[in-house]
Amino acid sequence: MEATEQEPLDVESIRADFPILDREVGDGAPLVYLDNAATTQTPEQVIDVFSEYYRGYNANVHRGIHQLSQEASIAYEEAHDRLAEFIGADGREEVVFTKNTTESINLVAYAWGLNELGEGDAVVLSEMEHHSSFVTWQQIAERTGAEVRYIRVDDDGYLDMDHAAELIDEDAAMVSVVHASNVLGTVTPMRELADLAHDNDALILGDGAQSVPNRPVDVTDLDVDFYVFSGHKMAGPTGIGCLYGKQEVLEDMEPFLYGGDMIRRVTFEETTWNDLPWKYEAGTPLIAQGIGLAAAADYLDDVGMDAIQAHEERLTEYAYERLDEFDDVEIYGPPADDRGAVVAFNVDGIHAHDLASILNDHGVAIRAGDHCTQPLHQKLDIAASVRASFYFYNTMAEVDALVDSLDAARDIFG
Amino acid sequence: MSMGSDMYRQQILDHYRNPRNNGELGDATFSHEGYNPSCGDELEFDVKLEGDGETIERVAFRGDGCAISQASASMLSQKLPGMTLAEVKELDRDDVLDMLGVEVTPMRIKCAVLSEKVVQDGAKIYEGEADVDQTSTEDDD
Ligand SMILES: Cc1ncc(COP(=O)(O)O)c(C=O)c1O
Repeated sequence: MEATEQEPLDVESIRADFPILDREVGDGAPLVYLDNAATTQTPEQVIDVFSEYYRGYNANVHRGIHQLSQEASIAYEEAHDRLAEFIGADGREEVVFTKNTTESINLVAYAWGLNELGEGDAVVLSEMEHHSSFVTWQQIAERTGAEVRYIRVDDDGYLDMDHAAELIDEDAAMVSVVHASNVLGTVTPMRELADLAHDNDALILGDGAQSVPNRPVDVTDLDVDFYVFSGHKMAGPTGIGCLYGKQEVLEDMEPFLYGGDMIRRVTFEETTWNDLPWKYEAGTPLIAQGIGLAAAADYLDDVGMDAIQAHEERLTEYAYERLDEFDDVEIYGPPADDRGAVVAFNVDGIHAHDLASILNDHGVAIRAGDHCTQPLHQKLDIAASVRASFYFYNTMAEVDALVDSLDAARDIFG
Repeated sequence: MSMGSDMYRQQILDHYRNPRNNGELGDATFSHEGYNPSCGDELEFDVKLEGDGETIERVAFRGDGCAISQASASMLSQKLPGMTLAEVKELDRDDVLDMLGVEVTPMRIKCAVLSEKVVQDGAKIYEGEADVDQTSTEDDD
């Protein structure tokens, strides 16, 4: 990572925007929320926009002549503009609202994959894909006769790019790779992968679920064809995600869901499709959630994505180094100074779920399990791991709370 | 402190560290395995029936997983000999929690009941009432 000359974040005033961070759990332990890779907390500013919508202008979009519908439609459409700007897309035509990352990947898999893939085609994934991509492409490949290939992850958690160059050959039709691993924290060379894909006339899908929330992302620079992420991991509401697609690719693709709103003209004989992005948003969409997501993008930009990344790098590096001091702790993935804001690890002799239960008594919320990456865990030869994941509202003191509470588990299991 | 740590009473830790009846039976009447996807816990039970074809004579199990799942298997392995398959099939979640003797937090119930489900499914398969390859705590009762 480049050395970041960022002003430190004023975390204290940021935390004031997140009332939930003040709560206690169990017998009055202050909450230490370190499960941000699963879901992030939501600032007042986003909650306000959400409730303003329901209090002030709740109506269906694209359908009414009346004023409420107009107001809702404009806010909902502009939310697409806002997200396009946030990720460096050309405009709302390239931003489809979905339910989450998983649905975004499924949309591409069904609308593009089922129609375009066949025997002799290959879909190239990495060994560290989240099940949302892993399972989806595996199933689509099975249905279409396509082959799935997995780019090796080396012992340090990096993608083996020589292997990638081998696998992404003229048979490759789709390359679908995670941009920042939700377990190892590895940040993959998305642009390099995109070039490899395009040199072989393949499309590329980047899973940005763990990168859009945490670092500046520009899909145009990355030159990806598709890019997917979830609102609930970026200070936004649940129930909303995005599919970015290059305009020409989305234009060529078949729709995913059929129904109202996604059509231009329907006759007894045939139907023509609506303009982008509405062609991919059948039925009444996620109106409040979409507007709320745009508010989350505003909030993140106010804090500053560079500052967010810098703060998270400091937290992650500190957590890694403190955990690494213990002989009984094994950390997975790349070194402290080259990873996204997650640290997955195990403490020798204590199962991840037992550890998580005990940490919970100390207010520390972390994830334990396989983090929807069973194949990666099989490769690491572990059944489960615990994962601490940070967001810009976390503090060094919270990292200390995590590390210190491991002793309570050692006392019980020691 | 509170709930979570309370699960790890001495008895649970003792069974986790020194599981009883851990291993295999060379003369098992039936064997069955199960998996708890939420924790990654695995258990396989061997059961040897007495001559009446109904009463459990001996059991052994092998497993890998969290303290709750493994301690539960160890404790169940002590409780089973002498029970009939019909009685085993009657066991429910509360029996398992009573046996454990600790307050199990809601997110960990699946770990606690895996052993019971494995043995019950094993019994049902043996008696031709069920047909599952592997028990999963996700297929809820
Ligand atoms: C890398 C990655 N991809 C995909 C997902 C799936 O996101 P969602 O559950 O919001 O669809 C997640 C998070 O769970 C993730 O971390």
